[in-house]
Amino acid sequence: MSKMLQFPVRSKQQWTNIALQAALVVVVGGLIYAAAVNAANNLAKAGIASGFRFWDNTAGFDISQTLISYSSSTSTFGRAFWVGLLNTLLVASLGVVLATALGFTIGIARLSRNWLVSHLAGGYVELIRNVPLLLQILFWYNAVLKSLPDLRGSIAIPGGAFLNNRGLFLPQPLFGANFPYVAGALVLGIVATLVLRIWGRRRQERTGQPPRTLYYAFGLIVLLPLVVFFAAGAPLSFSFPEVARFNIRGGTEILPEFAALLVALTIYTAAFIAEVVRAGILAVAPGQTEAAQALGLRSGGTLRLVVVPQAMRVIVPPLTSQYLNLTKNSSLAVAIGYPDLVQVFAGSVLNITGQAVEVIAITMAVYLFLSLVTSFLMNLYGRRVAIAER
Amino acid sequence: MAATDRVYLRDAPAKLLPAPVASTGVLGWVRANLFSSPVNIAITIICVAAIVWIVPSLLRFFIFDAVWSGADREACLPSEQHPEPGACWAFVRVWSSYFVYGFYPISERWRVDLFFVLLALGIAWLAWLGAPRRDLGAIYFFIALPILSYILLSGVPMIGLPDVPTSLWGGILVTIVVATVGIVASLPLGILLALGRRSAMPAVRLASITFIEFVRGVPLITVLFMASVMLPLFVPDRFAPDKLVRALIGVALFASAYMAEVVRGGLLSIPRGQYEAAQALGLSYWRMMVLVILPQALRVTLPNIVNTFIGLFKDTTLVFIVGIFDFLRTIEAARGDPHWATPVTSVTGYAFAAVFYFVCCYGMSRYARNVEARLARTHRR
Repeated sequence: MSKMLQFPVRSKQQWTNIALQAALVVVVGGLIYAAAVNAANNLAKAGIASGFRFWDNTAGFDISQTLISYSSSTSTFGRAFWVGLLNTLLVASLGVVLATALGFTIGIARLSRNWLVSHLAGGYVELIRNVPLLLQILFWYNAVLKSLPDLRGSIAIPGGAFLNNRGLFLPQPLFGANFPYVAGALVLGIVATLVLRIWGRRRQERTGQPPRTLYYAFGLIVLLPLVVFFAAGAPLSFSFPEVARFNIRGGTEILPEFAALLVALTIYTAAFIAEVVRAGILAVAPGQTEAAQALGLRSGGTLRLVVVPQAMRVIVPPLTSQYLNLTKNSSLAVAIGYPDLVQVFAGSVLNITGQAVEVIAITMAVYLFLSLVTSFLMNLYGRRVAIAER
Repeated sequence: MAATDRVYLRDAPAKLLPAPVASTGVLGWVRANLFSSPVNIAITIICVAAIVWIVPSLLRFFIFDAVWSGADREACLPSEQHPEPGACWAFVRVWSSYFVYGFYPISERWRVDLFFVLLALGIAWLAWLGAPRRDLGAIYFFIALPILSYILLSGVPMIGLPDVPTSLWGGILVTIVVATVGIVASLPLGILLALGRRSAMPAVRLASITFIEFVRGVPLITVLFMASVMLPLFVPDRFAPDKLVRALIGVALFASAYMAEVVRGGLLSIPRGQYEAAQALGLSYWRMMVLVILPQALRVTLPNIVNTFIGLFKDTTLVFIVGIFDFLRTIEAARGDPHWATPVTSVTGYAFAAVFYFVCCYGMSRYARNVEARLARTHRR
């Protein structure tokens, strides 16, 4: 009897569990195997190659927006992949910045004591969150940007830009040979300001004297590069767009597809971020504000030193998942033909090569990689703030 | 003692204090909420200016200057009587049956109407928390309704309902079908996945986690592409499912991963004692889950389920991209009709679509909020 207790045998339940799991493995494995066999048969019947050799073949199709050099006659499918990925990252990163700015503004506005402001912000959130993103993208693209005047009726925007139904044409900066010095001065100024700030904070901890870095920061970040800029002979000029008969010459173009996608993503995601921000600020107990006031902090200090750090702990995790959503939602670009990863790769490349399995697998892997990296960083952050909480 | 020595004696009536600032009533409310400080006054003025600028022009465009009837684009183009025509509602009226049914044969449209009625019945039964026999309602919604709907919509020639191929379905019908299949399939699948994720069996747990994290990590578009392009490759030729079914499979798998996380949240909120009590009573795993844990977990998480469903409902528009004629796609198709090509057609079509989606989603979110408030009340008690 005691021997049985020392060496516990597997119970009937455990055997059932093992059998169940074995069955699951067999079924899933069998399904995958059957799918693979079928796919191989079907592909062979359709005469479609398999494997990743297509990666180095010449693409032969045009892409309307390329951040890296790309030509339809010489570039490969692999190059097209990178072009699409960069376009996705471009619209996603700009969207993240703009949506954060708009979302924080609206989230704070929703908490305003001003009835009109809080209700306008609330109306914005309700309206935007309850209308599908795809509808909003189509609206901005077809109903707003595509109904702008045509080339001849181009709207001139002060500062040398033009707006018409082919896009927004901006002056293009042309950097001179000495420009790297200016950029170097700017980087130097930023680094020096950061060092100064750390030093100022250490001094405050030692002596209690508050740091006055603002003027130094202004001098280092704004004045220093300006001085270098003029010393180097103002190495910057602009190519201004001009309306010609059939097109616009010079300048740089922002595609209407890009603009519509960016506007729609920003407006849509901002509504969700606003809710995240509101919830985060409300999650800070009112006693914290009162305690800070009792300690003699002014309203700015209360916000900056007490409320925001605690609110950020609640805000950051859902905020990151909104950033991820924005990145994934940027794949709706395919509906209006903005050449993002899905449109270029899972669209054009798939249609030309017919290699659905490989192309879809690569596309999914990219998004999966992005979200895994983000959730990894999120876990790191979560661990950091959890220690701070004690 | 003279009276003047007693300095504390008042010899004149006290000055009248000014009337207190109104802190109640309309004036007090306005003062506290709109004009409490100079900054607030400025913000209020800016907001009022914005409203005065935007709202009347919106009203003019969508109501007062709108064209309500007409046979073709002539009615909505600028003319003598209408120098600046507003929204072209005549376009929506002419195309409205297409927006609801797609190309569903006109003689068979009663079947779609009946489907809508049956669905509304099922939703009402489940959504009304005080309804009688909600367990029967669940059976009706998750088992009887799908079978009935399939018979009704797709047709069984044997009982006198001619076949209607899914290529003819369209509009709100397809949107509702996709959303309904999404919820009917995703809730049970999501519950299974959530239980799998918390299972003690490593193979089951690993399979669930892999599926959930994989699906949640990729955009719905790629899942739909996968369903529409890769699925036909994975099955023998003769079983290749039709286009709508492929999209439905994609949506159902996608939604179930999200539903699994919502259900898992509900499971996490159930205190350990409930599990232990159920085990102490000698209940098996499934009995414990079905009789004790899930009823509580689903109840707690009902608002989140509804919110997930709102997301799913909005996401149904994505089937548009793989070539299914859902409501948004019918709007796009009608918008391109040369008979109705006017500068305001697109805006009108999109506005109509936006109103439809807004009414549905906002209604659902109000419902979720009510349930939440009700749950909070019962918890406090």
